[in-house]
Amino acid sequence: MRELALHILDIAENSLAANADQINITIEEDLLGDILNIYIQDNGRGMDPDIVARITDPFITSRQTRKVGLGIPFFKAAAEACDGTFNITSEPGQGTTVAATFKHSHIDRMPLGDMAGTMLSLIIGTPEVHWIYQHQVNQNTFEFDTQPFKEILNGVPLSEPAVMKYIRETLEEGIHNVRCNHDTELMYSK
Amino acid sequence: MPTIKSLDDLKNIREQALKKQQLKETTGKIEVIVGMGTVGIATGARETLRAILEKIETENLGDIIVRQTGNIGLDSFEPIIQVVLPGEEKVTYGKVTPDMARRIIDEHILGGKVVKEYQIEG
Repeated sequence: MRELALHILDIAENSLAANADQINITIEEDLLGDILNIYIQDNGRGMDPDIVARITDPFITSRQTRKVGLGIPFFKAAAEACDGTFNITSEPGQGTTVAATFKHSHIDRMPLGDMAGTMLSLIIGTPEVHWIYQHQVNQNTFEFDTQPFKEILNGVPLSEPAVMKYIRETLEEGIHNVRCNHDTELMYSK
Repeated sequence: MPTIKSLDDLKNIREQALKKQQLKETTGKIEVIVGMGTVGIATGARETLRAILEKIETENLGDIIVRQTGNIGLDSFEPIIQVVLPGEEKVTYGKVTPDMARRIIDEHILGGKVVKEYQIEG
């Protein structure tokens, strides 16, 4: 994967596979502390402790017992290559939280990438799921919660062209605004 | 941080969408399903899905439901999309780039003709 946003999409797919109907994706960029935190938290079926203990090891993965492959080991390796950490907490029936931290300025840290594209794919592609996206850069926060939107839409589908445009622009502008004043990564890459 | 869009905008969008729906009540829903397993994502499924959404948005194509699903189980053909027209069999396409997705929308969804050269056994 070339972007953290693609890793996030992949981890969120695990949440969907675990039948979550509420998924929180949180990005925290603390540029002064030089930290990037990523959290994917779901209310899916969760996992037993022995599975959690083995889940980051690609060589012990058993496809028969659960639908997780290389995605988690890849993401873990990406974090640990950047002086970061990786952690999964899970409880059967309660849900799962994946937390990854990166040294923000680490030379090997892949760019965050197209988070608007990742969120748009997830939100439009799974209209039954309640998504909450929070993106904090220093003291500024952008939040996108699908619930109020769905209440207003009241049955009008998310894939209605005008609705999709509204959601896409809200995500793109929100994420751009929260990042553009701060992020040297954007200055270098665009 | 000011939000540029207001929820009132969304209410207006809803009103307009409902008016449009009333005009063409009986047309069935077309479904496009994009496989989003790890392999799909790594081979560009998000960009393929985005191309589909973009086309729906720019050409104002209503009545198309876009869904995403986990691994479809044909790793070597990712990204995979499936198209279901009302009353017809599901058609599976493999190694679908954004350009191919746009062509599938034009020829299959809008034109009613399966793009045979992209089709795989689903």
